[in-house]
Amino acid sequence: MPHSPHWIVPSLNLLASLLLLISFAMLSRRRTQRLITLFAWQGAILFTSTCLVAYSSGHKELYYSAALTLMLKVIALPWILHRLIRRLGAQWDSELLVNIPTTMLVGLVLVIFAFGLAQPISLMATTITRNTIGIALAVIFLAFLMMITRRKAITQVIGFLAMENGLFFAATSATYGMPMVIELGIALDLLVGFFILGIFFFQIREQFDSLDLRHLEALKEE
Amino acid sequence: MEILIVLGLPLLGALLLALFGARRFAAELNAGMSFATLVAAAFLVLRVLRHGSLLALHEQFFVDSFNVFLVALTAFVGFTTALFSRPYMRIEEQRGRLSPQRLRLYHSMYQLFMAAMFLALLTNNMGLLWVAMEAATLSTVLLVSLYRTRASLEAAWKYFILCGVGIAQALFGTILLYFAAERVLGREGMTALLWTHLNAVKGQLEPRVLGLAFVFLLVGYGTKVGLAPLHNWLPDAHAEGPTPVSAVLSGLLLNVALYAVIRCKVLVEGSIGSYLPGRMLMTFGLLSAVVGAFFLWRQRDIKRLFAYSSIEHMGIITFAFGIGGPIANFAALLHMTVHSLTKSSIFFTAGHASQTAHTQQMDGIRGLAGISPTIGWGLMLGSLAILGMPPFGVFASEFLILTTAMREHPWTTPFLLVALGVAFAAIFRKVQPMVFGESDAPPLPHSPALVPVFIHLAMVLTLGIYMPFALAEWFRAAARLIG
Repeated sequence: MPHSPHWIVPSLNLLASLLLLISFAMLSRRRTQRLITLFAWQGAILFTSTCLVAYSSGHKELYYSAALTLMLKVIALPWILHRLIRRLGAQWDSELLVNIPTTMLVGLVLVIFAFGLAQPISLMATTITRNTIGIALAVIFLAFLMMITRRKAITQVIGFLAMENGLFFAATSATYGMPMVIELGIALDLLVGFFILGIFFFQIREQFDSLDLRHLEALKEE
Repeated sequence: MEILIVLGLPLLGALLLALFGARRFAAELNAGMSFATLVAAAFLVLRVLRHGSLLALHEQFFVDSFNVFLVALTAFVGFTTALFSRPYMRIEEQRGRLSPQRLRLYHSMYQLFMAAMFLALLTNNMGLLWVAMEAATLSTVLLVSLYRTRASLEAAWKYFILCGVGIAQALFGTILLYFAAERVLGREGMTALLWTHLNAVKGQLEPRVLGLAFVFLLVGYGTKVGLAPLHNWLPDAHAEGPTPVSAVLSGLLLNVALYAVIRCKVLVEGSIGSYLPGRMLMTFGLLSAVVGAFFLWRQRDIKRLFAYSSIEHMGIITFAFGIGGPIANFAALLHMTVHSLTKSSIFFTAGHASQTAHTQQMDGIRGLAGISPTIGWGLMLGSLAILGMPPFGVFASEFLILTTAMREHPWTTPFLLVALGVAFAAIFRKVQPMVFGESDAPPLPHSPALVPVFIHLAMVLTLGIYMPFALAEWFRAAARLIG
């Protein structure tokens, strides 16, 4: 490793714990706008930690993916999401399928499970961020939990994006990021997918006058 | 060079159709571009047959007998589906279900979807494979919701979210794969995600990481294959989207997703040196076959019926790949081919049948043989073929799979037999009154394009009676590659 000042690893660990904390905060929030702000914060943490990893490991291409994160996840997506919910008037996620304390408990179990699963990988990793692989996996699982327990279309999408954040964090902490071409491809897919979802919101609202996914439960096996 | 043409033509088609897709000649342009792609794919096949597998463009693309056969199949069904969609979509437009603008979206996305599948099949890079699979999902989401009805929006949403979550798992699996590979191959030169390089060093890859990676990859890509219990999106997407889309989803996309699973399986099996990945495929496959077959009984919608039949057949194919070995792999490849030919032809006739009866509900579809003998008999023959009646090709492949299963894993035979028997009874009981019986519905305004149906069925019949030597040799080579 070229140069790795002693403060790098503790601060990376700190950032990783913040990421996990935000994931839990997302589980407990009911206002959609708060969720978007939290999502933007997650992006900001990812940006900072990627920069730190790039600096300490000397992998220059990580700066590019950090820049991509900043543009896409901290600025563009939250901005579009804010505009979308204002236009659609979908500020509240009125109904939860499971109440918040229960969700939190399930979340805790998931975190423990994630750490157990990541243990063998962490032992093998040579990156300075190896301790955070478990956290990355936990972020993925918590985002998944959020998608399951929420009913509004927008909330599910934020959960989906948060899951992508976890995946990105996993890639950086386990392997210092995927090759640049792949990162670009993933970012492109994410962006296109997001636009399609935007189109979808309007179609769903036009048909159902609401973004509540309860209306989307007609197709079942009788 | 051929690789770039195969990839480039559908992209060019998508661009042209984005510009002219609303015009009168768009359907012909769509079919023309698909035909050009088919010709290019044929040249690629010839080249691989003559010179063996090839690598291109800094090893980013890789063609061997396994994927070139899927490329040919994809290009062929893509072309015949484009032929079928010409009169089908015209009728839909006449009935006011679609506007010219929607048709533009449809045509352009159809080509983009083909391009994404070709990229997934031809790439040597496991990361690009993921990107292409995701692109294939994205390009079909708006096709599923093309009619903008409540049900189609719901189906598309479900498709998007379930496959999105699934594909996210696959990305994590890919990251783990890269993590294991990077330790052996290093970061330089970007070789650590290239399948050929991974395959060369698979014995040195860390088995525990690869085992974990395979779980994520199987769940991720398996969602797209429609393996139970991750199959929920499949019947809805097939039933609510336009019929040509159902035909390519069922006939092609499921195959491509399974191809991704098998590529991963080869690596993982080589690394951990046990039968665990194969056993996992067998379990998922058997479960899907049984679940798919039992759900067939409860269907009222003709397209949902055949969507569940796809789940059943993908289950059987996955199961056969799970057994492994030259014979089972051969049978799986054969079944992939005949299933995709038969199933797309069934969707063609089912589409025209529901247009004739103005409903997709099977109770409302009656007496097809009387109104239009070609539609009626097409549906009947297609159903017999998919049920594995001899002498159709499905019989040959199912027979091979069943006998191999009996020899190597006898305990699986009852499950397979139950699945096949239940599927037979369910489909036959439902198709029979649709084809025969009384009806006074008028025939369709445009003459339906049923030439593709009979070409497909003729091919399936031929494969059942006599398999050309070159094709058998080709399947055998591919089966050896998979191991």
